[in-house]
Amino acid sequence: MKTKLFSLQIFVGLLIIVLTLALGCKPQNPSTAVIGDAAQKVYVAPGQYDEFYNLVSGGFNGQVSVYGLPSGRLLKIIPVFSQFPESGWGYSEETKPMLNTSHGFVPWDDAHHLAFSTTNGEHDGRWAFINGNNTPRIARIDFGSFRTEEILEIPNSSGNHSSPFLTENTEYAIAGTRFGFPLDDAGSNPDVPIDSYRENFKSVVSFVRIDPESGQMSMGFQLLFPGMDFDLSKGGKGPSHDWAFFSCYNSELAHTLLEVNASQKDKDFIMAVNWKKCEEYVKAGKGKVLKSRYAHNLYDDTKHQANSVIETETIVLDPRELKDVVYLMPCPKSPHGCDVNPTGEYIAGSGKLAAVVPVFSFQKMLQAIENKTFDGEYEGMPVLNYDAVLHGEVKKPGLGPLHTEFDDEGFAYTSCFVSSEIAKWNVKTLEVVDRIPTYYSIGHLMVPGGNTAHPHGKYVVAYNKITKDRYLPTGPELTQSAQLYDITGGKMKLLLDFPTVGEPHYAEAIPASLVKDRSVRFFKIEDNQHAYAAKGEKEAKVFREGNKVHVNMTSIRSHFTPDNIEGVKLGDEVYFHVTNLEQDWDVPHGFAIKGNDNAEILIMPGETCTLKWVPDKVGVIPFYCTDFCSALHQEMQGYIRVSPRGTNIALSYSTNKKPDSESK
Amino acid sequence: MFRKNSFLLAIIVIGLIACTSKKEAEEAAKKSPTPSEIASKQPEVHGTEVKDVELTNPLNQVWVEAGKKNYDLKCLACHKLTDEKLVGPGWAGVTKRRQPVWILNMITNVDMMLDSDPEAQKLLEECLVRMPNQNLTQAEARELLEFMRRNDGEK
Ligand code: HEC
Ligand SMILES: [Cu+2]
Repeated sequence: MKTKLFSLQIFVGLLIIVLTLALGCKPQNPSTAVIGDAAQKVYVAPGQYDEFYNLVSGGFNGQVSVYGLPSGRLLKIIPVFSQFPESGWGYSEETKPMLNTSHGFVPWDDAHHLAFSTTNGEHDGRWAFINGNNTPRIARIDFGSFRTEEILEIPNSSGNHSSPFLTENTEYAIAGTRFGFPLDDAGSNPDVPIDSYRENFKSVVSFVRIDPESGQMSMGFQLLFPGMDFDLSKGGKGPSHDWAFFSCYNSELAHTLLEVNASQKDKDFIMAVNWKKCEEYVKAGKGKVLKSRYAHNLYDDTKHQANSVIETETIVLDPRELKDVVYLMPCPKSPHGCDVNPTGEYIAGSGKLAAVVPVFSFQKMLQAIENKTFDGEYEGMPVLNYDAVLHGEVKKPGLGPLHTEFDDEGFAYTSCFVSSEIAKWNVKTLEVVDRIPTYYSIGHLMVPGGNTAHPHGKYVVAYNKITKDRYLPTGPELTQSAQLYDITGGKMKLLLDFPTVGEPHYAEAIPASLVKDRSVRFFKIEDNQHAYAAKGEKEAKVFREGNKVHVNMTSIRSHFTPDNIEGVKLGDEVYFHVTNLEQDWDVPHGFAIKGNDNAEILIMPGETCTLKWVPDKVGVIPFYCTDFCSALHQEMQGYIRVSPRGTNIALSYSTNKKPDSESK
Repeated sequence: MFRKNSFLLAIIVIGLIACTSKKEAEEAAKKSPTPSEIASKQPEVHGTEVKDVELTNPLNQVWVEAGKKNYDLKCLACHKLTDEKLVGPGWAGVTKRRQPVWILNMITNVDMMLDSDPEAQKLLEECLVRMPNQNLTQAEARELLEFMRRNDGEK
């Protein structure tokens, strides 16, 4: 027993030494990693603008947060898949349809990856797309409004993880299912034994078409696969424009304890899909129509109203029948990241359990396809010979390589989760030229424009899963964080830590100059086509439709019209349709009413928003403006009187009406 | 039952019978402007000081009418046509107390006026609410001036 313990100690000791050697010397004190002029490099003087917008996925908060770089200042949280009481997103009558799905109203999601629209592979500053992982969806945010303008549900999918990465000209957004699931003839999820996985479970990859003018999404086509799990994806560029690449794990087709059972095979795959050819097959009528129900939600900026439509079909292709649209490249050990370099020639597949990052060559892939250099088949799909398609392997990048981004000078940056570091390597020679620690457990990383044809370079940002001792403690849950590194010199240099909202996954950054002049400042009140808008105080009114009471109300610094309302009765549903009459930037008004089992609304200038309220008690209830709008903001308030059922107090409303006794 | 072939065979092939109401909704949505289009149509008249203006008699009745429309939509919430103060001063007599150019700048250049014009600043001290920039074009402001002149009894 004693000897055993002793040898265990020796073993642990040796292990520590070996690990230290393997990982190189990490600085003992994290703060020593910061260089002298770091403060100067991230300092953005009061009143000055940041150089980049950095949109960061919020993970389990279902939102997107907007930071300025290099300062790391938080500029805005854009509600996407989750209700946001602060602005009324998903609470107001106008925005509730945005969260509609085939399951009904789903008020939350897990938002992982941002993809900025590109033209010829370069950022064009029009839209940002983001995936909902849990209840498969893709959302489109407009860079004019910084608002979610559209959400499309992805049918026949479970766990929309490898999404919403775009093709080079934003022709398609990609969506591959992470969880194989049983799919029957009607596109529904039938009741089958879980251990019939092999037989019944499928995986679907979707290509969502994007209208080049409006950005509006529609289902292009879907590809049907055996129940392998798709992890991440990227569109090709330049020579590989017609292709999209996916990392796949669980080629074992396991359905339990995947941690072990999906890590059995030495190699899984990077899958190459020729989407252009798929498009042609669809045009040629090779697709089959599959009944599928999915929601398509669009926000209209003149009606100030979202509309949700349930779509009923998709077009499905079977790559195993078509033969020449899908090829598998063997990739060590459950690959995670699948990243295409700026020229579109190299694809880095990061096997998160592997000791190398294999880099595939697109030219070699084409060659191998032409020469049929196959290593057999996987479930009826051709597997290309590893050596035939390999550009080379990055040796010892670090432990647990996850994702790779690229700069404008031919270097790649790979995040290593287990060893908490970024490895910089030369894309041509595959030599690791620099490495730097992150604090701690880096997941995604991002170089501004690092997944485009022309990276903007300058920085790499690490999005970390763990912060431990980096910030003041805040109870059991600590902030997650981003870290900004300078990459302009030969050596990466840590400049800044900043906390992030939610859990950051993939992020993108775009030069402010491409976006900032596109901002909507206000909505023209003349163009407001909301069904209950009050365009001017003369149009303010209260009217009844059965037990529904509609209040068409105006707001302006600093009063509501009407602000005294009587004749509402218990059992009524009251809809406050508040129109903000302001026509200047940065003057929203808010509206909240006591005891409402709902949120507030924030109404942008020129917009109309509706808050529903079902009074639960008789009495006189106050409402007020929640957004400090002027020196007399505190006076921006009013009353609504709720009378018992069956009383016959007529509906009446006013502002600034003096009692008869006073006006005499 | 769910084997590959039977799955494919049993896929229900129905033609492209599109639902018209959905189509219409999509068409309507296509027509409504995108935020980028909205942003490109925002007049920014702030910062261009109005230096002179020509008054003509009799009043331009078309402008008076157009001015009234904008008054109802964008000014009435704060300004009465009598001498009663609401959020801002009542407009009765405003064209007598103020130069036409001053009024135009108050409408299209209100930030500049509140920052530097002593008379405007005096009003702000009384009202304590900053008169908002309602983003009127110079032409719309001119129409409102015509409406104010009418309100002050000019013909
Ligand atoms: C939110 C309330 C509000 C709205 C809406 C508003 N104003 Fe004003 N206005 C004021 C206030 C308050 C003042 C006094 C100056 C100050 O406090 O900034 C003022 C002052 C003025 C004056 C000077 C009055 C005088 O007696 O010298 C003019 C002219 C004027 N406004 C025109 C307009 C026009 C035209 C519109 C519509 C396009 C308009 N205002 C809309 C609040 C408003
Ligand atoms: Cu207010």
